[in-house]
Amino acid sequence: MVHVHEMPEHLAKALINQELPTYDTTPWVEAITLEDSKIAIISTAGLHRSEDAPFVPGAGDYRVIPDDEDMANLMMSHLSTNFDRTGFFQDVNTAFPIDRLHELNEMGVIGSVASRHYSFMGATPPHMMEPVAKDLAELLKQDGVTAVILVPV
Amino acid sequence: MGGLAHVLEGEGIATTHISLIREHTERMKPPRALAVKFELGRPFGAPNQSDFQRRVLHECLGILEYEEGPVIQDFPDLPPGNESDELQGWACPVNFAAPMEDISDADLVYQSLSQEVNLLRPWYDEAVKNFNRSAFGISGKTTDEIVRFIADLLVAPEKQKPPIIGETLGIGFKRMADDLRYFYTEAAIARPDQKTSDLEVANWLWGETTLGKVLVAIRDYSMESDDPSLKTMAVTAMVPSHQRYRTKHG
Repeated sequence: MVHVHEMPEHLAKALINQELPTYDTTPWVEAITLEDSKIAIISTAGLHRSEDAPFVPGAGDYRVIPDDEDMANLMMSHLSTNFDRTGFFQDVNTAFPIDRLHELNEMGVIGSVASRHYSFMGATPPHMMEPVAKDLAELLKQDGVTAVILVPV
Repeated sequence: MGGLAHVLEGEGIATTHISLIREHTERMKPPRALAVKFELGRPFGAPNQSDFQRRVLHECLGILEYEEGPVIQDFPDLPPGNESDELQGWACPVNFAAPMEDISDADLVYQSLSQEVNLLRPWYDEAVKNFNRSAFGISGKTTDEIVRFIADLLVAPEKQKPPIIGETLGIGFKRMADDLRYFYTEAAIARPDQKTSDLEVANWLWGETTLGKVLVAIRDYSMESDDPSLKTMAVTAMVPSHQRYRTKHG
């Protein structure tokens, strides 16, 4: 696959113009200091441990990826055939930057790493995603997470 | 992704995110985003480029310290080794015979697919060794079970039952076909000295292998099938958009 602007025009147009929810306002949490932060990764790459159930279409559910998991055990069951997987096959960090996050922690750039990370499969209808995301926010707070990095594919 | 940012931020969790399609981010207006010019599927640029990946991550997290927003910040650089001329001349380490012409006999299709799998297996094993992992295994089936099912589905689709307990025929086929595509792809990229992309591997898999020809034929059938689970998968999830010109329905 290529960057969206290098795709054939009709494919790029279809992707860029796909229907999306819109919002009148943007919520804004007060700025945080990175060196005091606790960061979790939330991916929409359809990642999960090999023992977890693969993703099914249209479901707004997520899988938990414990921070101490052996990341060689991560699978990708995203249904889309339209994004590059060769990068992920060679190096998990291409799509899920877990080692890089720990390095930033060791360098003192961030305060700590969350004990759990999460993955959805993208393209979930917003009305299905919203209640799940609210529940997820509570789980993140219980873990002491102050900020998340959201990572698409 | 933008929707998730709105909900989590509304609940008090600060969010920042990687944007692979800047136009989507502009429309959805999440609090903070780093827009990158990378391939879909590679939000941190490229494999085994830890310095570059860390720089992308650091810059994306750095937006969390801004006092006001919403913010869309552009990451200026392309990943190292991304120049398109470096991709020229890639070839799969295995030379196959041309895809079989007549794919109407399930046993012959099974034999041909098995031969491809057997030829690729040493390179697949090399990939597992090099990458210390494999994405194969979503269906829980062996390559032989997958090849047998796909050959039978191709030739006698109306006689096939869902191959995975608790799943539809469409989902069962999708997981098994993805596993086999992952097996082929991992084998094809096994040599760490060869830079390649999904697109080149896809051109090979869909254009030069019996598996590609068989999967295109199953997609053609599924688009007109009465089985809704097959038809749903066929529309968007069986053949990549850049390879659909090979199919009957496009």
